[in-house]
Amino acid sequence: MAHVNENIKSYRGFRSITLLCLVVLYAPLVIVTIYSFNASQSITNWEGISLRWYADVFTGPESEKFKVAAFNSFTIAIIAATASTAIATLAATAMVRGGNFKLRTVSFGLISLPLMVPEIVTAVATLIFFNAIGFTRGYMTILVAHIAFCIPFAYLPISARMQGIEDSFEQAAMDLYATRRQAFTRILMPLMAPGIISGFLLAFIVSLDDFIITNFVKGAGVETLPTAIFGSVKQGIKPNIMAISTMLLSISIVMVTISYFVSKSDNTK
Amino acid sequence: MAAGAASGGSARADTYKDARGWLLLPSWAVLGIFVLGPVCMMLIYSFLTKEFRGGVIWEPSLAAYDQFFFDRGLFGDEPPTIEWTYITIFWRSIWQAGAATLLSLLIGFPTAYFIATRPEHVRPVWVFLITIPYWVNLLIRTVSMKFLLRDQGPLNDFLIGTGLIDNPIHIVNTNFAVQLGLFYSYLPFMVLPVYAAVERYNFSLSEAAADLYASKWTTLRRIVLPAVKPGVVAGCILVFVPSMGSFLAPDLLGGAKNFMIGSLIEEQFKGNAGNWPFGAAASMILLTMVLIILMFSARQQAKADKAGG
Amino acid sequence: MPGNKTDAIDVRNAVKRYGDFTALKRISLTIKDNEFFTLLGPSGCGKTTLLRMIAGFEDVTEGEILLYGDEIESLPPHLRPVNTVFQNYALFPHMTILDNVAFGLEMRGKTKAAARKRAGEMLELVQLSQFAARKPSQLSGGQQQRVALARALAPQPKVLLLDEPLSALDLKLRKAMQLELKHLQRETGITFIFVTHDQEEALTMSDRIAVMSAGKMQQLGSPTEIYERPRNMFVADFIGETNLLEVSVDEVRNGRAVCHLGGGHALTCNSVEGIGEGAKVHMSVRPERLFMSDVPVEAESLKGRVAENIFVGTDISTLVDLAEGPQFIVRTSNSDRGNKRIFEPGSEIFVNMELGAGRLLMD
Repeated sequence: MAHVNENIKSYRGFRSITLLCLVVLYAPLVIVTIYSFNASQSITNWEGISLRWYADVFTGPESEKFKVAAFNSFTIAIIAATASTAIATLAATAMVRGGNFKLRTVSFGLISLPLMVPEIVTAVATLIFFNAIGFTRGYMTILVAHIAFCIPFAYLPISARMQGIEDSFEQAAMDLYATRRQAFTRILMPLMAPGIISGFLLAFIVSLDDFIITNFVKGAGVETLPTAIFGSVKQGIKPNIMAISTMLLSISIVMVTISYFVSKSDNTK
Repeated sequence: MAAGAASGGSARADTYKDARGWLLLPSWAVLGIFVLGPVCMMLIYSFLTKEFRGGVIWEPSLAAYDQFFFDRGLFGDEPPTIEWTYITIFWRSIWQAGAATLLSLLIGFPTAYFIATRPEHVRPVWVFLITIPYWVNLLIRTVSMKFLLRDQGPLNDFLIGTGLIDNPIHIVNTNFAVQLGLFYSYLPFMVLPVYAAVERYNFSLSEAAADLYASKWTTLRRIVLPAVKPGVVAGCILVFVPSMGSFLAPDLLGGAKNFMIGSLIEEQFKGNAGNWPFGAAASMILLTMVLIILMFSARQQAKADKAGG
Repeated sequence: MPGNKTDAIDVRNAVKRYGDFTALKRISLTIKDNEFFTLLGPSGCGKTTLLRMIAGFEDVTEGEILLYGDEIESLPPHLRPVNTVFQNYALFPHMTILDNVAFGLEMRGKTKAAARKRAGEMLELVQLSQFAARKPSQLSGGQQQRVALARALAPQPKVLLLDEPLSALDLKLRKAMQLELKHLQRETGITFIFVTHDQEEALTMSDRIAVMSAGKMQQLGSPTEIYERPRNMFVADFIGETNLLEVSVDEVRNGRAVCHLGGGHALTCNSVEGIGEGAKVHMSVRPERLFMSDVPVEAESLKGRVAENIFVGTDISTLVDLAEGPQFIVRTSNSDRGNKRIFEPGSEIFVNMELGAGRLLMD
């Protein structure tokens, strides 16, 4: 019976297209990773495996620029992810545990605004805003912009998680003499942990990866890894850029993988 | 019997009903001041006079919109005719985004369908595999794509090596390269909603169609597709909208001939050469188009929800 | 008005509205100390809402709730000395069984050690000591149920609220738990308020039952009262199986009412205050109060024809069509087969009942 059923569902060629899809998605990343280990000075010829371009990233002529950019990128990502996760957790508590209220839809619209507005428009608008209020562009403007647009990315997994937790757990806690604050910290927060962790990690990646908004609000002299890479690539793809890209993409993949496994671990069952 | 359902109308948990104002305050403040506020400010800027070294002079003006739509000659004293330069750029953006969306649909639909018909426990793994590349830096992905597609790149090397072609195919700096880049950037946005729709689809409907003598492809066209249409529409919008305003793919893969809105806007704010009100006006026009599309899709979605009970 | 210190719960004119929808329409009831009290009704009748109002999870729109004489309706749940056994148990999934049971004691200010000691004793009481270190997900439904009970009883609440706690258990386990709950209530002397939609469960366990429907209280009384003397159509129909007959009252005299039910059939039953001559009302006759014979036996005999016999284990239900009248269900217990006869379908027979077996209903 299972065989007949399978036939009705499946279509010839769909499997091949899926595999093609995966090849298209991964081929560029795999190729760049492989070529980052190329010993050659040229990006075209293959001359055997070497770590020289990784060494170049850390010690080469551009290493100082990359170090500063990496410092900016990672500190901004950590602060922005922390702040946006905290803000998103509070917002999710109101949205998921706040009953019905008139401004619900408006609030949700506001939270998802950074996802709806094209990134380049957000970038332009933020630049104009800082210009209008006379705020000098630099590290702080990048940070503030990142906190704002990371909120929806942190919010989505957190609110999804909270929706999956019945409010009877908190009610049981309060029924057993816990105050609402105790019910929040002792019951809701531990149950929410997977959602909060994956929200944080996604916000972190989004901040670390952002190019367009950062490029507009960074001001002169302040670079993050993506803007530094972009500046470098404008003069042609160089092997050290492939090495740094490989490191950055590995970080993203590792963090997404952690986020995936954390959100899969369901401690409510 | 759940308490909420029993008491009608109180289905939503409301433990923090009295505190929700405070809980929402930080997000309202941050998003209101740093996202909504700037968009309003951008609207104002689009109606100001440009400052030649970048920035604006606080004098109301329609010059930015006028420049976008009308040509008044080199010295601005000729009778206005329609200015096609920017409309053409917008039109190209729409066309490129449309082509990328179609490409995503052609590859994404079978992929989503295939994943949704896998055994339940392996589906998340497939979805995960599809979404990983999305989380890799868009810039790095686009650069990687360019590296792969170059005239002397690994793809051409491979094709020449296997004897399929004698001379490298020029892909970079063509419309197709941009479409490929956009497809690569936003494919997961197509796969995920379509997958969600197909997963909810009741396959006994396909069985019923087969039982009533429909061929498999007829079943797909007449039964499956109408049922998953909301997911397909959502996927198309999710690919189309960011594609239209994208900057990296056209900039890195398209070259000067394949200018799109994103690059047009970016140019207005680069260094001292730009025209801020004009860039703000172009952004406003893009934003308006996107919001119209989103509103249209929200209405379609609401209609579909109603029809589905 | 001050409350009575000896009544466990006193609900006075309680109203609950959600926007336009009124879930509770002015309910008043008193639950006595040390009572096993049941709120019974179909889903959506407001019983759970009332329970949650007592627990403090729902605001009271209008009215008062008193706990041993003290008004509690405006207190948050953690300041009310009542505990709840939730329908889905709501055991904290990230804590061990022991920590679950100790939670309430800890929140009441006991040290961790003292709370755990008492929690251990509670687990002994429900015979789950060996599972103390496990997580809730590692326990069966019945075991989780007992943990929930131990957790709610551990802080020695003045009133224990039980929200359909047995509905997730299979039939056998449910029957066993019914008895266990009843015994536990007697041992602890704590007032239990039990919510259920299962009338059999309510009849088995309760000292008193409040039958609710559509946000209103339909009848309050002991299980026997509710079963034997239902006040209205809803209660008669909801509790047990019954023959509901449309009758018109011909004559009321000396505490008796003579009614006819169409097709020339007439029945006499006890009169009910408020139902006078000429009234068109319903009469309830329990199927086990009827028996069949080939000649009329009692004064109250109706001629009919057997349509079908349905074997239901302990009983046989017989459907009897009265000539030009309604259909009756007659239930004969299998243990009664010696003195009561079963007839083949198609037999012409008489349905008999004692005087007073029928009961006239309001509405």
